[in-house]
Amino acid sequence: MLTRLLGPQRRYLWFWIFTGPFVIGLVVFSYVPLLWSITLSFFDARNTVTPTHFLGFANYARVLTDADFIQSLGTFALFAVVVVPATYALSLSLALLVSQLGWGRAFFRSVFFLPTACSYVVAALIWKMSIFNGVRFGLANTVLHWFGAGPVAWLSTTQPPWYWLVIITVRLWLQAGFYLVLFLAGLQRIPATLYEAAAVDGAQPGWQTFRYITFPQLRTTSVAVVLLLVINAFQAFDEFYNLLSSSRGYPPYARPPLVYLYYVALGQGQDLGVGSAGAVVLALIIAAATVMQTRWFGLGRKEP
Amino acid sequence: MSVPRSGLSRRRLLAAGGGLAVGAVLAACGSNTGRGGGDASPGGMALSQWYHQYGEPGVEQAVRRYAGAYGKTRVDVQWRPGDYDQQTAAALLTDSGPDVFESPGPTLDQIQGGQVVDLTDVISGAQPDFNPTVLGPKTYQGKVYGIPQTIDMQMLYYRKSLLAKAGVQPPSTLDELVAAARALTTDETKGLFLGNDGGAGVLGGVPLWAAGLELVTADGAVGFDDPAAATALGKLHTVYAEKSLLLGAPSDWSDPAAFIQGLTAMQWTGLWALPQITTALGDDFGVLPFPPDGPRGRPSVPVGAYASSVSARSKRIAEAKDYVKWLWVERADFQEDFALSYGFHIPARTSLAQRAAGLRSGPAADAVRFTTENGHADPLLWTPRSRTALQDTFSRIIKDGADPSAQLASLVSTVSAELARVRK
Repeated sequence: MLTRLLGPQRRYLWFWIFTGPFVIGLVVFSYVPLLWSITLSFFDARNTVTPTHFLGFANYARVLTDADFIQSLGTFALFAVVVVPATYALSLSLALLVSQLGWGRAFFRSVFFLPTACSYVVAALIWKMSIFNGVRFGLANTVLHWFGAGPVAWLSTTQPPWYWLVIITVRLWLQAGFYLVLFLAGLQRIPATLYEAAAVDGAQPGWQTFRYITFPQLRTTSVAVVLLLVINAFQAFDEFYNLLSSSRGYPPYARPPLVYLYYVALGQGQDLGVGSAGAVVLALIIAAATVMQTRWFGLGRKEP
Repeated sequence: MSVPRSGLSRRRLLAAGGGLAVGAVLAACGSNTGRGGGDASPGGMALSQWYHQYGEPGVEQAVRRYAGAYGKTRVDVQWRPGDYDQQTAAALLTDSGPDVFESPGPTLDQIQGGQVVDLTDVISGAQPDFNPTVLGPKTYQGKVYGIPQTIDMQMLYYRKSLLAKAGVQPPSTLDELVAAARALTTDETKGLFLGNDGGAGVLGGVPLWAAGLELVTADGAVGFDDPAAATALGKLHTVYAEKSLLLGAPSDWSDPAAFIQGLTAMQWTGLWALPQITTALGDDFGVLPFPPDGPRGRPSVPVGAYASSVSARSKRIAEAKDYVKWLWVERADFQEDFALSYGFHIPARTSLAQRAAGLRSGPAADAVRFTTENGHADPLLWTPRSRTALQDTFSRIIKDGADPSAQLASLVSTVSAELARVRK
């Protein structure tokens, strides 16, 4: 009996010894909190993780009718609509440029990749305090001064919403290099024979080759990059929080969902019920978006 | 390829190593309780006491010295950097939290949730000596849940020389403040600094108090459902729209750097900045409360206090209460040292505040007078939800130029709903 349980050559035993710790970790640190959070979302859970007062769907109703939550989804949508295509275009163009370099390719690859190693918090603070601070000696305002324009309070001005410029540029700087490396790897996988055949058939180097050879061949890389970009945009928190929060909280604009939930559930509010309901709604939206994207791109479908 | 067989096969070694690693991880989880070593000293385990990280040098040594001087039981002081309010809120949910902790609260949710212990008998004899404005928000249904340690307040600092140069008198009404900020704004210097968000965050209830209103009335209703509120906030939008406000300064309102560096002629900041400003500017500055607005207006300053509370999950509540009584009620010498020897705060006990030599002259004496005569504290019923709603509303009015009356009407309904919830 025991030998049957242990399997041939004790394979089952070894299977559990090797995977067990990770399964336990996954269950304890992912599944239990997940289920707990779903449970909390149905209770009045203020300042407690073991609530007793059952509310049904009241927390969901509260979150879905909260103008601030809806607005935070709008903020995310706007952010994603700008930052996903911008990062895609920037990192692809940089990858094309770097891959055509005759010399110093490794150098430029490293230079563009370096910001990826920088922490979002540090980058956000540099953007906030040195480049885009509102006083006359900030970098951006110094440049404006050369052209005779007065200083702009980048992060405090809501009309026009200059803060978006700061938020988008810091993320572009931080993440473009990472996707550049993905695209470079994709470019290297395109067989040289395709380009040779195209040249023989009379394709012009440049746009024509890019449009009909390079871009279609990069399809799998593009799909992966877009998926990663969208999920990363959903998880936006660090740069928003560090750029815009103050000791007294967060302004009522540029508030993405995670920042909203942070202040509801984890700030002084500690309203874990409403926070959990918001988190569940958000998780459902991310799941739906991902499923739609994979359908759209045909991810996982067998190549014809 | 043949490997000589040793006593220990490779697989066994891996298995043993894996087992050890798992054991070590589990042990590490188990021992990180946030408490001290837990050695069996005569008084049993040490009481754990939490402080947030004070910026001034010497405070940590001082609080450890006070704790060391307590004879009855060992007290283990924890000095906690980072987001302290959030750490305490989370720790109070667990058994590994502090026994005694300081906080700007305790919050209404913590009191209603039974997370903090009634300290009325601890403060009892000395209660009249504590500043009533700051003790009020620590009191719920007649019971005291936190012993105020020191008072902090904020006020308006102005640069005398810059005002004289522009021919401006220190403003005594909100209209004069708007006009002064306009007159003081030049290419190099802005007139007024209310924080990088334009004042929505730091001011809180101040403009409402200055207009003669309240956040919450004595019987627990909304205290600012009045046209005077819209008038006062409209004037704050005017200062913003006229570009008299300093925005986007490298350090925010809580740091006097912008004022000292001459980026602004007037700045709203805390009493804690007074020593630094005195060192940098000598006597080239004065202080004012937030000026009044309208016929019912009165000058106002916000005051608040960190208070010492006892966690309801403490296993030794009686000893924790004894310790709090000893430190924050009986040992006046330590309270005085804590308030005045390091940073710059006002002692929470009126008798100590009157005795303190450093608070008898100049701007410091003005600050004490504002605290006593013009001080307002956020009431206990003013929950984070109301606070956030007010801040968002103020931000929309001041920066976006939204219609004050409409914005305030929606704020009134949010706050009424929240007050109805907490008063149930």
